[in-house]
Amino acid sequence: MSPRGVVRAALEKGLDLIGVCDHNSAENVLAVKRAAERHGLLVLGGMEVASSEEAHFLVFFDLDDDLLRFQELVYGHLSGTNDEKAFGQQVVADEDDGVTGFSDRLLIGASSLPAQTIIDAAHAGTGEGLVVAAHVDREAFSIIGQLGFIPEGLSLDAVEVSEHTTAEEARERFPDCRNYPVITGSDAHAPEDIGKRHTCFIMEDASVGEIKKALAGRDGRKAVC
Amino acid sequence: MKLKDLVREFGLEVKAGAGLLDRDVTGGYVSDLMSDVLAHAVDGNVWVTLHIHQNIVAVAAHKGLAGIILVQGRQPEKDTVAKAAEEGIPVMVSAFPAFELVGRLYKAGIRGA
Repeated sequence: MSPRGVVRAALEKGLDLIGVCDHNSAENVLAVKRAAERHGLLVLGGMEVASSEEAHFLVFFDLDDDLLRFQELVYGHLSGTNDEKAFGQQVVADEDDGVTGFSDRLLIGASSLPAQTIIDAAHAGTGEGLVVAAHVDREAFSIIGQLGFIPEGLSLDAVEVSEHTTAEEARERFPDCRNYPVITGSDAHAPEDIGKRHTCFIMEDASVGEIKKALAGRDGRKAVC
Repeated sequence: MKLKDLVREFGLEVKAGAGLLDRDVTGGYVSDLMSDVLAHAVDGNVWVTLHIHQNIVAVAAHKGLAGIILVQGRQPEKDTVAKAAEEGIPVMVSAFPAFELVGRLYKAGIRGA
């Protein structure tokens, strides 16, 4: 998926706001933000980081500097070199879909950072940070799939369910989901999947801070899915 | 020992790579963490796991593993079978849970790493 392709697909689906999360990397986020700006599409910059438990977490920041600092932390806890034949090319692009480089890190792997460390780091930025446990209804690479439950006290801001499950079903099937706000997302890995599922946020502006208020149902903000 | 010997001896169900069972097995590795397999499995090993998603094929191809055995009768996802065929990674299914299967593999002469 290229930055312009992502923006085009999101606009076609009528989305106002998208979150961009590459696996263990944020090197394409700023390009997508710039490509989106021209069209009035709002972008939350983030990363889908794999914890040492091999569970995926979506981490978003209001400030690009916080995101880039978080990326340094993840890169410092990621080992191995990519094998393009096995795992594909890891393109770094600019906002015009030009290829500016290739990442040679083993981004498919997991970091050695435990879930709570990731959450703490995401909440320790200069600006606001948001952590969502990804696709908790899936067996592979989700906190519930890997551990069987969500550890008590894990300070997640929300849990996300995939297109296969509704929020209501998730609360029924996985009682731990009742302790957190549940959102749905498309987990799009290809342009045609963008917008397959969405969550509607009622809020003042598109920021992590506002989303956190909406998830908590504070100050008249709401999240509906 | 070759993959086909394991298939015969333990009644494994071959889901992909049926034409590649002449491969020698250098040893075995059992793990359900991809990062652990990436770090510690060795070329020619047979990998025992409960994961059925297609990432297992990419990991096995990258590490040059002889094949993958899924435990407890777990069926690989459709994408996994397709990718395994494309990458030439035999995927087999055992009815045994991991502990039982690995014990039998060890008894048959397969060793760790």
